Amino acid sequence: MTDIQYLAPRTLDEAVQAFAASSGKGRILAGGTDLLVQMRAGTVTPHTIIDIKKIGEMTAIEETAGGGFRVGAGVSGAILREHPKLKKVWPGVVEAANLIGSTQIQGRATAGGNLCNGSPAGDSVPAMVAAGAIVTIQGPKGRRELPVEAVPKGPGRLNLEPGEIVVSFTLPARPKGSSDAYLRMIPRTEMDIAVVGCGVSLTLEKGVCTAARVGLGAVAPTVLLVEGAAKALIGSKLDEAALDKAANACRAACRPIDDKRGTIAYRTQIAGVLLKRTAAIAAERAGRN
Amino acid sequence: MSTTTTTTAGDDNKWIGKRTVRPDGADKVTGRAAYAADTNMPGMIWGKVLRSPHPHARIKSINTAKAEAHPGVKAVVTAKDVVDFPIAKSVMLGIQDMRWMCRNVMAREKALFVGHPVAAVAATSEKIAAEACKLIEVEYEVLPFVIDVEEAMKPDAPVLHDHITFEGKPSNIAGKLEHKLGDVGEGFAKADVIIERSFRTQPVHQGYIEPHACLVSVSDGKATIWSSSQGQFMVRAMCAYLTGIPQNDIRAIPAEIGGGFGGKTIVYLEPVATLLAKKSGRPVKMAMTRTEVFHASGPTSGSYSKVKLGATKDGKIVAGEGTYCLQAGALPGSPIRGAAGCAFAPYDIPNVHSVGYDVVSNRSKVAAYRAPGAPIGAYAVECVMDELAEALKMDPLQLRLKNAAKQGTKAAHGPTFPRIGFVETIEEAIAHPHYKTPLAKPKNGVLHGRGVASGFWFNAGGESSAQVNVNEDGTVVVITGHPDIGGSRASTANIVAEVLGIDYRKVSVLIGDTSVIGFSNLTGGSRVTYASAMVVTQSTENVIGQLKARAAKIWKIDPEAVIWENGEARPAGDNAGKFEPMTLGQLAAQANATGGPIGAGTQLNTTGAEGGFATHVCDVEVDPELGIVRVLRYTSFQDVGRAIHPGYVEGQMQGGAAQGIGWALSEEYIYDKNGKLDNPSFLDYRMPVTSDLPMLDTVIIEVPNPKHPQGVRGVGEVPLVPPLAAVSNAIHNALGQRFYSLPMSPPKVLAALESKTAKAA
Amino acid sequence: MAKLHVSTTINGEPQEFLCDADQSMLDVLRGPLGLTGSKEGCGSGDCGACSITLDGRLVCSCLMLAAEAEGRQIATIEGMAGEELHPLQTKFLEMAALQCGICTPGVLMAAKSLLERNPDPTEHEVRFWLAGNLCRCTGYDKIVRAVMETAADMRGGAR
Repeated sequence: MTDIQYLAPRTLDEAVQAFAASSGKGRILAGGTDLLVQMRAGTVTPHTIIDIKKIGEMTAIEETAGGGFRVGAGVSGAILREHPKLKKVWPGVVEAANLIGSTQIQGRATAGGNLCNGSPAGDSVPAMVAAGAIVTIQGPKGRRELPVEAVPKGPGRLNLEPGEIVVSFTLPARPKGSSDAYLRMIPRTEMDIAVVGCGVSLTLEKGVCTAARVGLGAVAPTVLLVEGAAKALIGSKLDEAALDKAANACRAACRPIDDKRGTIAYRTQIAGVLLKRTAAIAAERAGRN
Repeated sequence: MSTTTTTTAGDDNKWIGKRTVRPDGADKVTGRAAYAADTNMPGMIWGKVLRSPHPHARIKSINTAKAEAHPGVKAVVTAKDVVDFPIAKSVMLGIQDMRWMCRNVMAREKALFVGHPVAAVAATSEKIAAEACKLIEVEYEVLPFVIDVEEAMKPDAPVLHDHITFEGKPSNIAGKLEHKLGDVGEGFAKADVIIERSFRTQPVHQGYIEPHACLVSVSDGKATIWSSSQGQFMVRAMCAYLTGIPQNDIRAIPAEIGGGFGGKTIVYLEPVATLLAKKSGRPVKMAMTRTEVFHASGPTSGSYSKVKLGATKDGKIVAGEGTYCLQAGALPGSPIRGAAGCAFAPYDIPNVHSVGYDVVSNRSKVAAYRAPGAPIGAYAVECVMDELAEALKMDPLQLRLKNAAKQGTKAAHGPTFPRIGFVETIEEAIAHPHYKTPLAKPKNGVLHGRGVASGFWFNAGGESSAQVNVNEDGTVVVITGHPDIGGSRASTANIVAEVLGIDYRKVSVLIGDTSVIGFSNLTGGSRVTYASAMVVTQSTENVIGQLKARAAKIWKIDPEAVIWENGEARPAGDNAGKFEPMTLGQLAAQANATGGPIGAGTQLNTTGAEGGFATHVCDVEVDPELGIVRVLRYTSFQDVGRAIHPGYVEGQMQGGAAQGIGWALSEEYIYDKNGKLDNPSFLDYRMPVTSDLPMLDTVIIEVPNPKHPQGVRGVGEVPLVPPLAAVSNAIHNALGQRFYSLPMSPPKVLAALESKTAKAA
Repeated sequence: MAKLHVSTTINGEPQEFLCDADQSMLDVLRGPLGLTGSKEGCGSGDCGACSITLDGRLVCSCLMLAAEAEGRQIATIEGMAGEELHPLQTKFLEMAALQCGICTPGVLMAAKSLLERNPDPTEHEVRFWLAGNLCRCTGYDKIVRAVMETAADMRGGAR
């Protein structure tokens, strides 16, 4: 016997109502790949578990009028990967979501959960930040939008009001010559948490970078939008000097910690290495679009 | 990429050396095989352990009243309930001292590591048991702690055990072991090249996927223990010692075991569950979580070692000196014998001095791990061998070949080797396409390297029992007493089928519990196929004798005039051709009329398990920008004596190589500043996953052991001995940079490369 | 709070059970349902020994609430063989692709799920698909070979 309640509402309103009513003792269950681990370890002891996977809006991938996408926060990595168009337009976002854990985890884990877990090392977040994703949030006071980088507040903490639920991510339409990529450094080839993660989204016109965004994970209390790195890339032909400058901007932005997964020195150095490699992949893809 | 066998043994066998389907196979691929946590009993309740949050603390008092009063709680036990073995007197059971075992299963005077059991609760559900654990009030006097082996050896280190002294003073050095051969002083004086280096390794866990678990019922003072272990007789004896129940009143039933690698050669939960079952009058089930497995079950030692080798210009090694300081965990018993004993054993060195120190510190007590200590010893020696080869401008395999131990070589740890196959492992490696294939050129900044290393393990014989029974329909049931950890039932079936001359599918092989089969020592030391082959062969030969006698009786001729051939009794000599041969089935059908059931048991203390040797070749690629090392190609060459079932022999070689690669590159126990293990999960304790490894090629070399009926040598442990150095030497070959500390994780590799660049600049 | 009543389908058979809201699917499979072929190696999704499929998709049953099974299709190792073993099961036995066998149910479930999606996987694809299934005994060599050989057999014997 337990005093925990499991709810699987069919509408967002019901979910918000239940979440707000749980007065801080509720947890949203999306893929559950973090929540169940935390419950088992006893670090989280919810009174109400609200399963959002029966809510249509949160489990759908829709194309927006302008050619962008709205991705429900409860869509699993595997579903993202299987979407015929999304991986062509936003390959970096899709590959980032699919680096989260094993095949088994990809069948469950969601970008919404990855963001709301609040870890600076979540793989999908730097890619979403680079993509300029806008997060739709619904709460007791209604709906609002935030850029994805504004959602995390610190490790395990979010800039959300009580009762607010992350509903979806809106990925903008892409001009010609655009693409993105995500790379992370892990000691093994799979099954690790990112020691550094780097997402780059850019647009090329005749070989010149006209727009860029860089997201960096696991090097600070929250995932960073590194504007200095983007500036270094924009206007350049992604030559060695520009890449070096962007890499240094990434290193300068790092405020990492020493822990079991990596050292400060290592993370800082690797942030620059990954920026260059990720930008190269994004540029190569953009050249084909 | 391939697997090959090179044999000097005859190959006219029908089943020995064949890739038969294991008797327990179908159950294991359908989910039916019952492991320790898979069984339930009516009225069963759950046990949970309360563990120390402190790395070192005196236990001043334990108040269990609130837990006992908690609804659903049926029993609580503490060290008071465990039989005490006073510290003054050693009581050995195998390699374990009951003084330490009683303190390891339940903290007595002090809690000695984070995760050390302090009390246990049995309740109607796992959840209630866990809640009740929180209600136990333990008053601790927190003491200073020490984690690292070098720190623990310092004169001002916190001392874990006041009664342990070294050189007259209280110390964490709990033991010393020394092997001496010749005079190293004289030896080094003759050397033209001397290399001396220090090495460090971190504790690594066996990493079996099945957590420890057991189910115990005690009724009328008699205990039935269902558990996953590497020896049901060990479980029985330890539980008898620790609970006071006599051995005849304990029946230990071996569940299928989900991996052990040495880590299940001791008990953690079984005595505790037995005490809880006795106290509550209910069957008690206990299962560790993965976190508990990491915190409180044995990894193998971390180490600090120093090795010195001297050679003459022509590459003859004249002296070797080694010091191995092994971290035992909280209670004495690190594998210094394996480290100090195996390290130099592959080489014919006239002057050797090898010393091991057993050092306690505030981490979980180590347990055996595949060739305990030997990988640590070999890591140091084989890395120095590589430097020696470089200094002598010799090929590293040629240096090994020139100095290889062979028949007649006197090893520092004692024996003079009989016919062994070490030279063959090196020769095969030299001749193999892997060693001859040039390394790939650097591409996109990624560098390639190749390393080699060799290794030795003692192997073991010891006590084994087997019963071979012929059924009425001519099929055969074999019972042995060793838990089957990696396919040994398949080997047993092959042997019995071969000796009897019948199809292996007519042979069933079962593992008996302690009340149905005679004493059999642990599944460990690479002894099971070796020793069980001996008792099974003897039993089967006895059965054949009986079968011949039955045929003789039917034919009314002298039993001496009957031979056994291809599963049939045939009249021989003067009687040849006079009677139709009788099959096993025909004789079995008439067994009752000819004298009763046919069967035979054998119990032996087996000897003659000669050492095993291997040589490994490893190719790596290194990404110098990220510090990542990946193994691209790996080939193991091992003298196995005789491969009874080549599939499972290769499996041992491959599994050991994979564990060694993990040890070299990514696995380690990481402690936080509070003396608590910081990575107790498969997420952060990084064992190799499928995508980390290439195919692991194997070359089975068969130089039969003259002291064994089928020529078997132990196989399971040697494969973990060479990899640490093979990988390390390969990284050096790629980068021109040596590493003296494991694991060679990306931050470490990158830091070393950067400091090299800085020095160059 | 009373237990939840869940109606689901397991290995093609309708099944009902009661569970706590925070109970994992693995706990219910191994406990009340007696399907102990799914193993608990870690309880945190890192070892894959508890792999099952949920509506045909591979998941770790330790990371799924039992309550989520309502109205869904679940397949476990117990449902893999019919009257005869599945080709993967047979191949694993022939090629000694298991030693202790504790990871084997999870590996087989994962491999079956791979071959259903990709009948001709490369070694690289097999290795990355199975990366969430830890095996400590085999070094994976024989597992990967067995999966690839089964795939070849199932495609019609070309290899």
